[in-house]
Amino acid sequence: MALLGQYLVNGIMLGTIYALVAVGFTLFFGVLDVIKFSHGDVLMVGAFAGFTAAMAVAAVGISNPVLQLAASVVFALSVTAALGAAIAKWLILPLKHAPRMNILLVTLMLGTALREAVRLFYPDGSNPKAFPALLPTSALTLGDFTLRADSAILVAAGISVIVGLHLLINRTRLGLAIRAVAQDEETARTMGINYALVVLVTFALGSGIAAVAGVMNGLYYNEVNFGMGLLLGLIGFSAAIIGGLGNLYGAILGGFLFAMLQMLGAVAMPFASAYKDVFAFAVVIALMAWKPTGLIPERASERV
Amino acid sequence: MNQLFSRMPPLAAAALAALLAFVFAVVFMEQESDVAVISLLALGAVAAWGAGRVGLSRRVSAAAATRPGAVAALGGAVALGLLAVFAEDHFPLLMLSTVMLYATVALGLNVQFGYTGVVNFAGAAFFGIGAYTAAELVGRTALPPILVLPLGGLIAAVVGLVLVVPVVRTRGHYAAVVTIAFSVLFKTFLEVNDTLGGPQGLSVAPLSLFGWSFGEGPEILGISASFYLNYALAALAVLALAFVMVRRLERSWIGLSLDAVRLDETASACYGIGIRRSKILAFVVGNLVIGTAGALYGSMLGYIAPTSFTFSDSLILVAIVLLGGMGSPWGTVFAAAIVVILPEKLQAIQEYRFLLFSVVVMAILLFRPEGLLPRAVRRYMPAPKEVAR
Repeated sequence: MALLGQYLVNGIMLGTIYALVAVGFTLFFGVLDVIKFSHGDVLMVGAFAGFTAAMAVAAVGISNPVLQLAASVVFALSVTAALGAAIAKWLILPLKHAPRMNILLVTLMLGTALREAVRLFYPDGSNPKAFPALLPTSALTLGDFTLRADSAILVAAGISVIVGLHLLINRTRLGLAIRAVAQDEETARTMGINYALVVLVTFALGSGIAAVAGVMNGLYYNEVNFGMGLLLGLIGFSAAIIGGLGNLYGAILGGFLFAMLQMLGAVAMPFASAYKDVFAFAVVIALMAWKPTGLIPERASERV
Repeated sequence: MNQLFSRMPPLAAAALAALLAFVFAVVFMEQESDVAVISLLALGAVAAWGAGRVGLSRRVSAAAATRPGAVAALGGAVALGLLAVFAEDHFPLLMLSTVMLYATVALGLNVQFGYTGVVNFAGAAFFGIGAYTAAELVGRTALPPILVLPLGGLIAAVVGLVLVVPVVRTRGHYAAVVTIAFSVLFKTFLEVNDTLGGPQGLSVAPLSLFGWSFGEGPEILGISASFYLNYALAALAVLALAFVMVRRLERSWIGLSLDAVRLDETASACYGIGIRRSKILAFVVGNLVIGTAGALYGSMLGYIAPTSFTFSDSLILVAIVLLGGMGSPWGTVFAAAIVVILPEKLQAIQEYRFLLFSVVVMAILLFRPEGLLPRAVRRYMPAPKEVAR
């Protein structure tokens, strides 16, 4: 029972990270109908930015973990937000009318370029870096079951980011603009919405959220490495797809579903827990066969 | 200047171009220093531009359109000539064979991406299935090893059938995720599966044909050739077979309906083309070609590991297809040569090769999205032999 609880906490933790990544994919798809595959690597850049900031603050002589964490998150957010907006401006908007496959490929290649750039140019970038433990490590023990404070804080932070994004999209003028552009670009333009600006802001927003996920991932595993973005990006993309592209709730659902699948794979197949990713991706493929447009399909009917 | 070659018979122009390409390839392969390689690359680019200026390119493409068989034979002759020149050297032969096998794989992907619009981001996985099939069959059974090649293709196609339902039902990005998931799944599976060697991989016994072992260099005309020559010749045969098959497929009514499915599913369904049938056909045929090349690749290397068949490798394969131009077989072969040889030749940038490579592909997608040698418009009528001018 206690073990099950542990798995559950683990699953919620991972699900939060995956959901944060998937939300980015779905935001970009909403406003531009494109898949930005470099998302996972943007996340990795964010994690490295956060790591650098934490180290820099420590090097200056400030050892207060709260300040370190704040610096880390703020720096990671600003770096990836700028990166996301730059990608949208110089890579994705110019290719807007190109075939979808070209955009997919260009962003895949950008992801490779980012990954390689960090590996080659970050000091000692090819080795994993130990992310400092900035969160309290005290734990709450109930019988065999322990809830570590850092996990609880991470989950709470992740969920509040998701709730904040939900409020931003549904309750603010910016969110209204994003939804308008997602629904119909032409009409949104004629209504006086600055299309290019909304796109750039959306990309900055989605990439910033990825940075949060990156720093969370670093804090949780106490490690960042240049290759961490590839699998996280793939998982986020799969999560966004099984949820149904362009739907915020679908992405969140997909993220938690994927984490649960991984946990299920680890619990249900104790003889072969190494196969948990194989199991999770196999279920993703089966889900796609069953619901070809995701669990919560896009509402717009297909134009002929 | 502009008129210099415009009266040349197309086939003569093609022969001249083939000769130039052959000389260039020989000189290029022999260079060791980075300066020489880079200056030759610049020279090649200028020559290609110049060939366009003096009208040579147009005559060559006219030849490719009117006499495709003869032009393909010229291409084969260039490849054979290269193999003959480098018959004694291991490394150039290995590189040339790799180019030919990658080109074969990209031809298979072309049937999927280029003609039918079926996305497949698991090219390296199907390539790997072929290679692992070869490893298992040669090592554990008494099958005549030459049967291993078609069996590699067959197994890849059969494994691909698992994905047929989701691939056919989904479109666009949703279809992409199916194959991407499969690609990751396949590599993870190989890494954790002990019977297939786990992360260490497997060694593959050399092929043999009628008692002629591929593991030993043949003696031809008193020259003791590298054992890679066997594999290079086999790779050339596989490439030629795939090339002819893909061209035939493209020119047939099947190719026509595959094109129609890619361009507009709804319209082609209205004209009675079976969308599902076309997609399944393209997916299976493509995987068959990819798996066959994979089986030969596995036995050529003699040793295979999961790290050779990752998602990034699938991406490189897709990049070859796009770089050459979707649906253009000649472009595919050309792009495979660039993608395989360039990083090997530029040793100084070895460390930076993935970075440079991704930047180059991005630049091509931004500035020349139709690829290096774009596919020509389909000719609906058989070409009149002499009138085309």
